[in-house]
Amino acid sequence: MTTLLLLNMTNGLIVGAFYVLMALGLSLILNLSGVINFAHGGFLALGAYVAYTIEPVVGFWAALLIAPLLVALLGIVVERALISRLYRLDPLYSLLLTFGLAFVFEDVTRAVWGATGLPYKVPDALTQPISLEFFFITWYRLLMVSIAAAVVVGLFLFLRMSRQGIRIRAGTFDLDTLSSLGVNVRGLRTLNFAVGIFLAGLAGVLAGGQLSLEPTMGAGLLMPSFVAIIVGGVGSLPGTLFGGLLIGVASGLTAVFWPSASEAVIYVMMAVVLLIRPRGLFGEEGLLSS
Amino acid sequence: MMTDTAQRKLVLLAAIWVILLTVPYWLPFTGGYMALGTRVLVLGLAAMSLNFLLGFTGVLSFGHAAYFGLGAYGTGLALKFATNSTPLALFLGTLLGGVVAALLGALIVRRRGVYFAMVTIAFGQVFYFIAFRWHSLTGGDDGLSGFKRQPLNFGVWTANILDNAVLFYFFVLAVFAIATAIMGFLLRTPFGHTLLAIRENERRARFLGIPVEQHIWLSFTISGFFVSLAGGLNALLNNFADPTMLNYNQSGEIVIMVVLGGMRSFWGPLVGAAVFVVLQDYLSSMTTNWMSFLGAIFVLVVLFFPRGVLGMRFGNLLNIAGSWLKLRRATS
Repeated sequence: MTTLLLLNMTNGLIVGAFYVLMALGLSLILNLSGVINFAHGGFLALGAYVAYTIEPVVGFWAALLIAPLLVALLGIVVERALISRLYRLDPLYSLLLTFGLAFVFEDVTRAVWGATGLPYKVPDALTQPISLEFFFITWYRLLMVSIAAAVVVGLFLFLRMSRQGIRIRAGTFDLDTLSSLGVNVRGLRTLNFAVGIFLAGLAGVLAGGQLSLEPTMGAGLLMPSFVAIIVGGVGSLPGTLFGGLLIGVASGLTAVFWPSASEAVIYVMMAVVLLIRPRGLFGEEGLLSS
Repeated sequence: MMTDTAQRKLVLLAAIWVILLTVPYWLPFTGGYMALGTRVLVLGLAAMSLNFLLGFTGVLSFGHAAYFGLGAYGTGLALKFATNSTPLALFLGTLLGGVVAALLGALIVRRRGVYFAMVTIAFGQVFYFIAFRWHSLTGGDDGLSGFKRQPLNFGVWTANILDNAVLFYFFVLAVFAIATAIMGFLLRTPFGHTLLAIRENERRARFLGIPVEQHIWLSFTISGFFVSLAGGLNALLNNFADPTMLNYNQSGEIVIMVVLGGMRSFWGPLVGAAVFVVLQDYLSSMTTNWMSFLGAIFVLVVLFFPRGVLGMRFGNLLNIAGSWLKLRRATS
């Protein structure tokens, strides 16, 4: 039983790591630009497929970095060409735009790489378990979680230490003031969007080695990421981080006792959080709610 | 004496009803089939109901598929297990979706803007997973089948809406008429005007002492009830309900119908639904890549018709025509 619990907890943490990468990207874009990026899952899937395609040429480790960068480039194009036109309008419009883009992404991915799942090749050394006792923890899973952790630490350092990072955080609170201080808000939003999409692409590459590659792989992670953001508190990145891990572990543990409720449980958690603390666990009142 | 606008509105209303009442007589000549006409009506009702909240209260829900699907499943389950009466089953289904909308609405009504939209999306998915997982009751992924709409018994005459597609269309049209009449009436009452006030300036409405949360909750609930009714009609139309009706994709489709038709217009969403449903039907029969086209429709509508086809109709077309006439006069 302990092994079973541990196994599911590990699974939960790993899924939680994907939620975190995905939700942090969504959260960044939501906080600074007020855009709910429905196409985020599409970018994630694209990251996985691009890695799949370039991996035979550049190798596993390089693909891990290059694929997310390529996806981030596409993100910049999409932001500049389409989304940035809608910042002045009601959030409804950017929501609908990215919603439509999600359709296009999924369909194009399917047309190019096919609808059936593709296996993503991970170096053999990484597929071994780290020990007999912990047979369910392969080196790959360890690597995956370590990379996710490192990226999250890197992101928080970037937001705390670098000039652009501090501007992004300031913009979350008061974009008008930031703009009148002479900051190029246009460029800042593009950079911020690219960072968010990079995280999605990275999550896609990492997920590729764990799950199989399917055009809908990102869409399945989208809703839990929304829940992670709401549970953690809209506007708070540490909240998103905590929320992602929390719902990952919660659904992992629920899978032990009541498998068919493992998806629904996170929504119940969200309802409870909204009931007792409407702003979310780490959220600040008033932010993004006007 | 009628004012000009009132007169124009009356003409428009008459035109809409003449078109709707005569659909079964002209639709076959355009290559359409009866179920397509009925589907336009059903989704039109769903879109108009959402617009009660979105267009006339100014609150964006991106999770209305939940109530649409609950209405469908409720109606289907009632017909399958509880009753032989189509109207009773429809009533029970509508009640299910409406009550759930009222409960969830109370939970999220304090949120605003993007936050509100996100919470509605996320909550909408709960019911998708329930329908998906509760195989023994809902049929899971395969959908809920094993029920059929039943003929209406009026004592002296039985309307066989099961086998006669035209009679079923008129049944849906009757329900549609009642529902839209109630919504139209509500918008003319002081309550409806208060909703508009909240849409235009929530802070000012609050300063005037209007209980804003309570009004938004009522609007959300009313909207949820009628979307649920549309969902019930959809289950009757197909004699089937499946989890995709509960999915956020369905929510998005209803929202785009509203935007496509024009949010500020009462009848606009019906036009949006007609355009969208016909286009979807056409595209999915023409190409396997219909998803890309559907996505492209979203993008194009947002970029080029943010105020809807009805919104641009009078404004833009009149302007274009006007400047063209001026040009003609100037050159001749």
